[in-house]
Amino acid sequence: MTSEAGACPLVGGASLCACARGLAHGGGAGAGWPFAEPPLLLTVSHSQITRLYSRFTSLDKGENGTLSREDFQRIPELAINPLGDRIINAFFPEGEDQVNFRGFMRTLAHFRPIEDNEKSKDQNGPEPLNSRSNKLHCKKYEPSYTIAFRLYDLDKDDKISRDELLQVLRMMVGVNISDEQLGSIADRTIQEADQDGDSAISFAEFVKVLEKVDVEQKMSIRFLH
Amino acid sequence: MSKYCQAVGWHFEGASMEKNRGGYGLVEGKILSVCLVLFVVLVLLPSMFRVSLGISHIYVKIVVKTLEWATLQIEKGVKKQKALVLENLTSNGIIQREEASMEEEIAGQRRGRFNLADVLYFSKKGFEAVAEDEVTRRFSSEELVSWNLLSRTNVSFHRISWQLTFVWVIGILIRYCLLMPLRVSLASFSMLLLVSATTVVGQFPNGRVKRWLSNQVQMTCAALGVRCLSGAVHFHNRENRPQKGGICVANHTSPLDVLILASDGCYSLVGQAHGGLLGLIQKSCMKTTEHVLFERSEMKARHLVRKKIREHVADKTKLPILIFPEGTCINNTSVMMFKKGSFEVGGTIHPVAIKYDPRFGDAFWNSMKYSMMTYAFKLMTSWAIVCNVWYLPPMVKEEEEDAVHFADRVKAVIAARGGMSVLPWDGGLKRKKVKESFKQEQQKKYCQIVVENGTVGNANVH
Repeated sequence: MTSEAGACPLVGGASLCACARGLAHGGGAGAGWPFAEPPLLLTVSHSQITRLYSRFTSLDKGENGTLSREDFQRIPELAINPLGDRIINAFFPEGEDQVNFRGFMRTLAHFRPIEDNEKSKDQNGPEPLNSRSNKLHCKKYEPSYTIAFRLYDLDKDDKISRDELLQVLRMMVGVNISDEQLGSIADRTIQEADQDGDSAISFAEFVKVLEKVDVEQKMSIRFLH
Repeated sequence: MSKYCQAVGWHFEGASMEKNRGGYGLVEGKILSVCLVLFVVLVLLPSMFRVSLGISHIYVKIVVKTLEWATLQIEKGVKKQKALVLENLTSNGIIQREEASMEEEIAGQRRGRFNLADVLYFSKKGFEAVAEDEVTRRFSSEELVSWNLLSRTNVSFHRISWQLTFVWVIGILIRYCLLMPLRVSLASFSMLLLVSATTVVGQFPNGRVKRWLSNQVQMTCAALGVRCLSGAVHFHNRENRPQKGGICVANHTSPLDVLILASDGCYSLVGQAHGGLLGLIQKSCMKTTEHVLFERSEMKARHLVRKKIREHVADKTKLPILIFPEGTCINNTSVMMFKKGSFEVGGTIHPVAIKYDPRFGDAFWNSMKYSMMTYAFKLMTSWAIVCNVWYLPPMVKEEEEDAVHFADRVKAVIAARGGMSVLPWDGGLKRKKVKESFKQEQQKKYCQIVVENGTVGNANVH
């Protein structure tokens, strides 16, 4: 079965199955996430890798094994998305203009819903003294919060400043709301979320605001087997 | 007859020195004459009188049986290995999309508020689009549910069992060594016939005779062309065939559509001018019938084309116009936006739905990837071209209807009949970028949710 998979697009010659396992333990600096990556083992199956690879090659018009920003812009549904540019940025590592298949897959694999056994693993662990920090600890490893936070925090200083919030707001509303109104929306949002008084939203505060929202459901993509 | 035999016999006996050569030449001549007779009887005459001998249909039935056997083999092999190959077979997509509208996702119970979580909707939609989007997958060939024993759709299927491999190899031999040379020679003959016949008919003075002759020539050549690809075409509802002075619209998959429709009726074409092989065919047809050919990229061409269509439609003695409102080839799984140009001129619209059976060969011409010659070669080495053509009842634009709405109405009728999905996207996105105005529409929509009574609310204040 594994020998029939064909050449691996990530490590030439090895089968795709072995490569999936390799990716699982790879980790390290990939798409530039500040927090440790959750293991990809059990999250991406062999046939999903094959399908994503054929999707990757169909987007790669230059046929040089990497995607550029223009290749992403060619997807109409992404081009009309108000946050299209930020989403495209999420694929590209710091300061680079090309993304290879490994990076492409790693970013998309973040959206695979976390398996139930992984969730229960966290709960079965030793009870810390401060249960609230334990929740935050869990949340840190859930990629959905990270990705959502990164959409705002462009300079990666782990805080959403007023300017950054304004930028995202402007992208979403276009020209339909005036600067003053937008400014007041931003101020109100920061006021509500800010707890340590630094006029910016940190990751912990961000998570608190999103408590009532089912982030998992809103951010996960159902990959077909 | 006896004199002839005598003469032949004398000739045979007389040339004793060149006996071998003469004898060989005679046998060759006999084979050639037999072939010629067979050709005329089985192919040329039926094409001229548009009678079907049913040979193609029998062949197609045999191929269907073989493919069904192959599918069973694959399923058996899959059960043995408990492989992931089955997953490749049954799922046709990468992700499952949830069709929730912006209102449902963002607003929920609250309107008139901005929430930090609003980005989640856009970001999910965006990443889903990267994994799989509705538009770009229409510009490449459709994925098959099961293997159709062609090397081009093979993904290690041939390793499942030795029987399958055996049949696959036999298939290759039949298609490349037997069918392809036959088809190529027949196609070359049809081309020659078309070019010479149209040149001859083009010399005639304009009039009824010339029109009748040119119709016959075009229909015969088109029928020959369909036969040379082992085309088994089913025409449905032929009583709805387009009449003179009408406009025939159909969904577009490849230039084959023209060939198939032309084998059952005479049309005046409106379309993109090509070079090379296709250009040669176009130029030959132009000699005897009026066609409107233009460059897609020229803006002025649109007005000119619309004017010509209007003039053509006004004259009731002229042939019906055949036009493909999608403007480009789509892969036959969906119908994309119909351009409103042909729906504004005010004639009777005769919709036609064309659906190919993808098991026998991929009819879609991916002009970005394959040239015309490569595409023709692929067609000649497929099993066959099997398609259904439905002639739908004529439609007319209503009084208060605008052209865009009428175009959508016709599009829905064609898609429903052909079993294809409807997409509002423009086929032109194959080549050019999407317009900024669509993004602005999305932004406006979001504003409508977030803004209420002219302000963005804040629960704390109230």
